Amino acid sequence: MNNNVIYSINGPVVTVKGTRDFSMLEMVYVGHRRLMGEVISMNDERTTIQVYENTTSLSPGEPVYPTGAPICATLGPGMLENIFDGIERPLSDIRREAGAFVPAGMNIPSLDAERLWDVTVTVKAGDKLAPGQIYATCPETPLITHKVMVPPNLSGTVVRAAENGQYRVNDTVVTLRDARGAEHELTLCQRWPIRDARPVSKRLPISMPLITGQRIVDTMFPIAKGGTAAIPGGFGTGKTMTQHQLAKWCDADIIIYIGCGERGNEMTQVLEEFGELIDPKSGQKLTARTVLIANTSNMPVAAREASIYTGVTIAEYYRDMGYHVAIMADSTSRWAEALREISGRLEEMPAEEGFPAYLPSRISQFYERAGYMQALCGEYGSVTIIGAVSPQGADFSEPVTQNTKRFVRCFWALDKSLAYARHYPAINWISSYSEYLEDLSKWFIDNVGHKFLLYRQEISNILTEESKLMEIVKLIGEDVLPDDQRLTLEMARVVRVGFLQQNAFHADDTFVPLKKQMLMMRCILHLYRRANALVQMGVPLAQILATGLCDKLIKMKYDIPNNRYDLFDTYYQDIDRALTKIGGNV
Amino acid sequence: MGLEFVGLQSINGPLVVLDHVPKVSNEEMVTLTLQDGTSRLGRVVQIEGERAVIQVFEGTSGLSMTNTRVRLAGHPMQIPLSREVLGRVFNGSGKPIDGLGEVYAEKFEDINGAPINPVSRVYPRNYISTGISSIDCLMTLIRGQKLPIFSGSGMQHNKLAAQIVKQAGIAGGDGSDNFGIVFAAMGVKNDVADYFRRQFEQAGVMDRVVMFLNLSNDPIIERILTPKCALTAAEYLAFEHDMHILVVMTDITAYCEALREFSSSKGEIPGRKGYPGYLYSDLASLYERAGIVQGHDGSVTQIPILTMPNDDITHPVPDLTGYITEGQIVLDRNLDQMGVYPPVSVLPSLSRLMKDGIGEGYTRVDHADVANQLFASYASVQDARSLASVIGEEELSEMDRKYIEYGKLFEALFINQGFDENRSIEQTLALGWKLLSVLPKSALDRIDNKYIEQYYDPAGAKSLSGAQ
Repeated sequence: MNNNVIYSINGPVVTVKGTRDFSMLEMVYVGHRRLMGEVISMNDERTTIQVYENTTSLSPGEPVYPTGAPICATLGPGMLENIFDGIERPLSDIRREAGAFVPAGMNIPSLDAERLWDVTVTVKAGDKLAPGQIYATCPETPLITHKVMVPPNLSGTVVRAAENGQYRVNDTVVTLRDARGAEHELTLCQRWPIRDARPVSKRLPISMPLITGQRIVDTMFPIAKGGTAAIPGGFGTGKTMTQHQLAKWCDADIIIYIGCGERGNEMTQVLEEFGELIDPKSGQKLTARTVLIANTSNMPVAAREASIYTGVTIAEYYRDMGYHVAIMADSTSRWAEALREISGRLEEMPAEEGFPAYLPSRISQFYERAGYMQALCGEYGSVTIIGAVSPQGADFSEPVTQNTKRFVRCFWALDKSLAYARHYPAINWISSYSEYLEDLSKWFIDNVGHKFLLYRQEISNILTEESKLMEIVKLIGEDVLPDDQRLTLEMARVVRVGFLQQNAFHADDTFVPLKKQMLMMRCILHLYRRANALVQMGVPLAQILATGLCDKLIKMKYDIPNNRYDLFDTYYQDIDRALTKIGGNV
Repeated sequence: MGLEFVGLQSINGPLVVLDHVPKVSNEEMVTLTLQDGTSRLGRVVQIEGERAVIQVFEGTSGLSMTNTRVRLAGHPMQIPLSREVLGRVFNGSGKPIDGLGEVYAEKFEDINGAPINPVSRVYPRNYISTGISSIDCLMTLIRGQKLPIFSGSGMQHNKLAAQIVKQAGIAGGDGSDNFGIVFAAMGVKNDVADYFRRQFEQAGVMDRVVMFLNLSNDPIIERILTPKCALTAAEYLAFEHDMHILVVMTDITAYCEALREFSSSKGEIPGRKGYPGYLYSDLASLYERAGIVQGHDGSVTQIPILTMPNDDITHPVPDLTGYITEGQIVLDRNLDQMGVYPPVSVLPSLSRLMKDGIGEGYTRVDHADVANQLFASYASVQDARSLASVIGEEELSEMDRKYIEYGKLFEALFINQGFDENRSIEQTLALGWKLLSVLPKSALDRIDNKYIEQYYDPAGAKSLSGAQ
């Protein structure tokens, strides 16, 4: 007889009176419809549960069933190319069962239990297996080989191993006997509590960049594999566009895209676009390396809170196989608001702006799950977290932005005025920063060119100089500045429009290799140096501008295809020829 | 047959507490019968053991603790629906107020709806021609989109919404009869509701309009239900009868204020400016009900109207709305005072779905470039103007003076248009090119050279200045 019955209901928060049957953070089923929930606080008198689904029509007196385990993600082949909600229920299966709308109380297994996988078993009876060791592999998509690992809390000797062949996710492929003599049946999948980080053997220092093909990111504010970045910006500044661009082009092996409390149509767009786009490096569809988690803004708020953890757990699982995984979390503010909403229902004492006092610690726990690691099986993998932040009123001093800023090392501040002028990506070059530059400098010098960082610094100097000069220009106009300062302004325009601004819809410009980025910088700086020399010699600036070189360089991002680096030489010659001609006249 | 209880435990604002209710479910509907025999509707919002907190839609005035009888309906709030709702007028909680009797229900629907599965959505791509240059060219409305109008008190948002309804292809411009309009008024003045009714009549679409009216002197709790009822009706017509529904909701700010009032009477912890912490989720549960679903031919397009308190776009209501909706049309008081109609403030306005619904096959191949260039050049106008205000217009460089001229013409001829003027997209783009031709070719850095060659129109630019 189950004595655990609902006592009170307030929105998604339900309490049970006078019970000791539950444990903290345990997953429970609530009511006759078995809605999923999680225990979030308990005392002698009451156990409080947050329900992940709509509680309409729930009554006091309905039963609450314990499950004995915390809320877990099921990890196994079949996650890629799939789309889940915040608590890892497959949305396409829900559609098959329930139609176009998502009803409450759908209990559908996360992974397709019927699908057969071509499994290669890599161990034999008698082998000793350590935690995290790989015992079978199967091709999950044309791009990714899924490696099935011993759960991190288990080790022992193989008693029986199945033959190579076709298996379903829940079929036993290996039987393992642990040190105490108990036998464990290992299938193709395992479960892991989403709020716990999966163990690794060690954390390694950051050393490789995550190449995104976006000039302002790669060159100006690079992010490392295993790094963390935040993209804050008011509405309409292009957070989602930037995230889409990174998800499409970055050189991670696997992308986890979390739509956390965002628009339904945006997720549909990701689904459609990624299903059509071909990854230029592998020739496969982008979906073949993508897991989508969609908990749109109108889906239950508690599941929104969980979606971030579900995503990062799946990411860690693939990292443990030795893959580089990038998480796009859009948007972490919605997750923080879900925390606030639930905290309010629990009548906790609020801190800043109604957010709970534990907001900073939750944010740091999330971002700390990123890193470049050596997994238990000995492979190297990384989890990179890129989180969008939607500050209220585009005010960066609000708690979520401020606390996020403390725990990420890369900050791409989106700017409303740039977005208004349709300068995309609208990343402000003055207020953004990346702490990875130093960690990555060796990689850039070894792999791109020893002058890469030097060029970057010079470009950055031009922009800083411009922002200083603009203060004056705003007061007295540009015409009164001396020619050398006006040249700086003109070159800053070339850098802004020709280099930083990037067209996501242009076939070549949407992804630019590092090599081309460096050559573009070199070309711009070459013009700057030559022109500056002329200005110092007293040549009027108007004469230099009349050559049209600046406008030519602005369009070079379109005019030079990504595989024709030789064309840069002709630009050099054009610059030299045109400027020598002017210089000759002096 | 539900149970009936006599007497209440307490009454506080719109909330009453009922004790010793053995069987009650969350969000259940209740009917309260007063001493004088009139009845009111309510909804269970919180349950604590045998105590239930009930929200009374029509207000609690006149309610007594002893003689009120409460009856539980046994199901959550539903409204009766059939195709016959077209042409009818309801109050905020879905009761007919046009004196034509009850709706003969084909179906009862829960007004809370259920979230659309992202997998089942169809990405909206079909552009709606509104005949308004600034909207068609710069922030194109797409069928299945939610595109709010951010306005302020005293500006002409109602007129703009009426013009969109009148001219939009959705209102039967193509002769088809599968369109409908759902109009939800929340806390607006009687005149405003009347204005819309007159406009619908003039456009000859009154028998295709469903109206849900909660005027400013109606109970606030009912205001919270108004958009939910309206959207339930819209979803029903769109997805059961395959109609294209345009939902006009005004005024979202009044709705949010009602929500705040209700939240504080429940004793909830307030978030920013006293609005409840769940305002974002609540607004999302309205706005996200726009869209197109696979397997159905219908669509729900939303044009919510909100007045920004003190014209402040960072106020929580416009701010949170902007984060959920797919763009916004912002109205500007300066333009309004200069007599420009519609006073669309171009720079902060945006349509997120525009990029996939314009260009070849939809409007014209150069549309995206022209729009970008108009935006970018108008942004330069602002810089030139702020400089001119410091050093005077005479001192400006030649380029800046060109921008000033472009800005003037852009506002006077492109943004400004008559209430009855219906410009085709061809006309709008041609006008855009004439305006851009005021600037030298080298300033057009957002447009592909081949379009500049094809469309650059200096003669047209001259004729514009002449017209001025």
